[in-house]
Amino acid sequence: MSDSLILERTQRFLSLLRHCQVLGLSVEHADRKGLTLRLPYSEQLIGNPETGGIHGGAITTLMDTTCGISTACALPELEVCPTLDLRIDYMHPAEPGLDVFGFAECYRVTPHVIFTRGVAYQRDINEPIAHVVGTFMRMGQPPRKGGAGGEGAA
Amino acid sequence: MSQVDFDAMVRQALESNDYAPLIESVPYARMIGMQCLRLGDEMVFRLPQSQDNIGNPMLPAIHGGVIAGFMEHAAMLHLLMFMGTPHLPKIIDFSIDYLRAGHYRDTFAACQVWRQGRRVANVAITAWQTQQAEPIATARCHFKIDQA
Repeated sequence: MSDSLILERTQRFLSLLRHCQVLGLSVEHADRKGLTLRLPYSEQLIGNPETGGIHGGAITTLMDTTCGISTACALPELEVCPTLDLRIDYMHPAEPGLDVFGFAECYRVTPHVIFTRGVAYQRDINEPIAHVVGTFMRMGQPPRKGGAGGEGAA
Repeated sequence: MSQVDFDAMVRQALESNDYAPLIESVPYARMIGMQCLRLGDEMVFRLPQSQDNIGNPMLPAIHGGVIAGFMEHAAMLHLLMFMGTPHLPKIIDFSIDYLRAGHYRDTFAACQVWRQGRRVANVAITAWQTQQAEPIATARCHFKIDQA
C-alpha cells in the first residue's frame, strides 16, 4: 500500500469523528511507519485555569485517536478497531499556547489484537510531554453492500 | 494566567449544592458539558449526551478520549471536594480499560480514592450508563498534589 493511500485513508477516517472535528485535529503525517496528528492549542481545552495548560482529557483524546487511526497504517484494509485499553504517562505538563502533536505506531499486529505505542510532544519529539501505549481489538472490515467479505475477525 | 481560589469555590459549591461555577472554572470541563450531582455523602459526575462528544458515528458512540477526560476530571474534582487539596491536582499517569461501547446517552462516573499520601494520590474511577454494575469503562490514575 502506498504512503499517499495511507495518508488519504487516515484523513478520511479522522474526518468522520465528530469530536475530533470539534477539537480541530488534523493529519500532520502518515506513512507505513506510523501516524502524526496535530491538536491545535485552544482556550476551550484549558484544564488548569491557573497555568493555561491544556487538560489531560484533550491529550488522551489526541492519543486515543492517533493510536486508533495508526492501525490504518499497518493493516492492508481499513478495519474498525475499538480501544481495549490505553495508558498515558506524563513526562511534563504541556506548554500553554503551543499545538500538541501525537505520534503513534503499531508495534505488533495479531489476527485479533493490535498493540500500539506513541508519544505526545510540542517542540521536539525527543522531549515528549507524554508516553502512551494502547491496545486495540480487530473487528474485521465493515460489511460491504453486495455481500462480499467482511465477516469479522473470527 | 489568573489566580483561581479553588478552595473557596469548593466550599461555596458544597454549601450551596450548586457545582456549576466550579465546573465552569475549567474550560475543558465546560466544553464537554460535565455536571456534578450530590447523592447524600457521595458525589456522582454526569456527562450529558452531546453530539459534539461523539467519536464513532456509526453506533453512534462517545469518543473514548472524552470518556477518559470526563473520568480524569471527575477524579480531580473528587480530590478537591473530599480530600481538601487546595489546588487542582496534576496528572502523573492515567490508565483506562474500555469495557463496553459508550453509547449516545448520559454517562455517569464515581471515584474511589485508594490512597492519598502527602505528595501523591491514587484514584480509581468507574463510568457507567444504564447500570452502575455494568461499567462502560474503569480507570485508575495518580495525581501529584501540592499541599497548601
